[in-house]
Amino acid sequence: MDRTIAWFFAFNGISTIILVLGIFIFLAIIGLQAFAHISPFEFFFSTNWNPTSYVKPSWGILSLVVGTLYIAIFSLIIAVPLGVACAIYLAQIASPTMREILKPAIEMIAALPSVVLGLLGLLILAPLIADIFGLNSGLNALTASILVAIMALPTIISISEDAITSVPKSYSDASLALGANNWQTIRHVIVPAALSGIVAAVMLGLGRVVGETMVVLMVAGNARALPTGFFDPVRPMTATIAIEIKEVVVGDVHYQALYAVGLVLFIMTLAVNFAADIYLHRQEGNK
Amino acid sequence: MNKYYGVILIIVAGALALGCVGQQPGESLDIKGSDTMVQLVADMAESYNEANPDADVIVTGGGSGTGIAALINGEVSIADSSRPIKAKEIDQAKGKGIEPWEFIIARDGLAVIVNPDNPVTELTMDQVGAIYRAEIINWNQVGGEDGEITLYGRQSTSGTYEFFLKHVVNWEQAEKQDYSPGMLNMEGNKAIADGVKADPSGIGYIGVGYVTGEIRTINVAEDNESGYYSPLDASNVEQGLYPITRPLYQYTSGKPDKDRITHDFLQFELSEEGQKIVENAGFYPINLDDRASNEEKISAIEG
Repeated sequence: MDRTIAWFFAFNGISTIILVLGIFIFLAIIGLQAFAHISPFEFFFSTNWNPTSYVKPSWGILSLVVGTLYIAIFSLIIAVPLGVACAIYLAQIASPTMREILKPAIEMIAALPSVVLGLLGLLILAPLIADIFGLNSGLNALTASILVAIMALPTIISISEDAITSVPKSYSDASLALGANNWQTIRHVIVPAALSGIVAAVMLGLGRVVGETMVVLMVAGNARALPTGFFDPVRPMTATIAIEIKEVVVGDVHYQALYAVGLVLFIMTLAVNFAADIYLHRQEGNK
Repeated sequence: MNKYYGVILIIVAGALALGCVGQQPGESLDIKGSDTMVQLVADMAESYNEANPDADVIVTGGGSGTGIAALINGEVSIADSSRPIKAKEIDQAKGKGIEPWEFIIARDGLAVIVNPDNPVTELTMDQVGAIYRAEIINWNQVGGEDGEITLYGRQSTSGTYEFFLKHVVNWEQAEKQDYSPGMLNMEGNKAIADGVKADPSGIGYIGVGYVTGEIRTINVAEDNESGYYSPLDASNVEQGLYPITRPLYQYTSGKPDKDRITHDFLQFELSEEGQKIVENAGFYPINLDDRASNEEKISAIEG
């Protein structure tokens, strides 16, 4: 009986690996076929993505990758300070009553459907951004980044808070006993001790940001041109796949090319996770 | 977002399960395609349902390209399309054993719209094309105030996108042209209207059925000699004075079987009652040529 149950859990554990591997192989088999028709050089280094061009189809994903990176970087710049500060407040400073109110509120953000957030962005945030910065249109990288940052907040806050809470109380007691004040204790003792957990939280947030589709589809503007700044519209890889997969015929070059874009996206998120993993292990080694 | 899709799936699955219990299998009709036509065809389906309570007509949007791809992939019985089917798509369909049949159910004028604060009221076809090719980039080049033009357009899945590309962006061009890559790709007619409403520098194109009082419709002329006409006046469209008009198509998966739901529904759309719905939805009824082309096919079904 014990053996059966052990097998059952082992199977469940292994199935996640099979799933990830299966998805990778599936993407690779279809995606790589695209390179029979598209030169890899054009695919990776051209900034012109226009498969349904009236003149000549072109397949450069560079501006799409740049679009994804723009949103990833800008939204982390917004979400990381806010998220980590919020986590420190929850774990160290907030009174129990305050925590009882804040925690469910933060979890509510995670429950918001992204279309709803996108709609609010389209109708309220985009015109506001256009007004504040004197732009013609608020459908740009900044608006999308703000909304995506909001979506990444619950992940960053709850995992960072866990990491900070799990720092042994003896650390802060020792620090305070030595005469450090609350701020010094947080800055020099607690945050460094919880750093590996905070980095993991940021990486998971980054994964969420890179993979987010609906919001960017609605507010990023999705112009094909290479973005040159904060206020330019961007067309990230997820939005491109979501827009174009609807019109492709199964087996077509365009279909294969979208799988190739998916493969690149998959490898990017995998690289982020690996980087996080390596960093975490190095941190553990230092202790 | 995954959670959200999960909920949708459960609702859809539930609806399908209920549908299966209540309906005969032959009585349901799946229609998918053009976002421009989705409201019109949904109105048709509603009226049709009043007369045929057993029938189950499901209408979804997604864009003309999406609808035709679904027809080719065998997912739907009728594809709505605001552009004619391409030769490549006919080949792909035939490769899967499907021969699309074409019907024209309505006519549409495409309105070029700007923000009401914009003093520009008239443009020629050549000017509109040049604006979307980014050859004209400032409103002062077409008689407006100094300011960069922001282009609003549809996504490539849209028949409106392709129609406008072919007939306006490529208007009297010796070589084939593409949209300016700086054009914002919006989800639908409504999203373009909302964008232009909020953006004094914006220009967009939408089906006339989507024009509201909060945006200004540009009067368009074929060239400098001909007059400028508004698409909001039905007679301009019927007499062919307004240059940006197009038929709205439905493609069936093969020849519809006589007296089955596809045939019955098409006949309803082309009837006087159906064409009344077309006018109420803000589109224009089919003209004599369209009628002749439809009747040829209907008689082939009935013959």
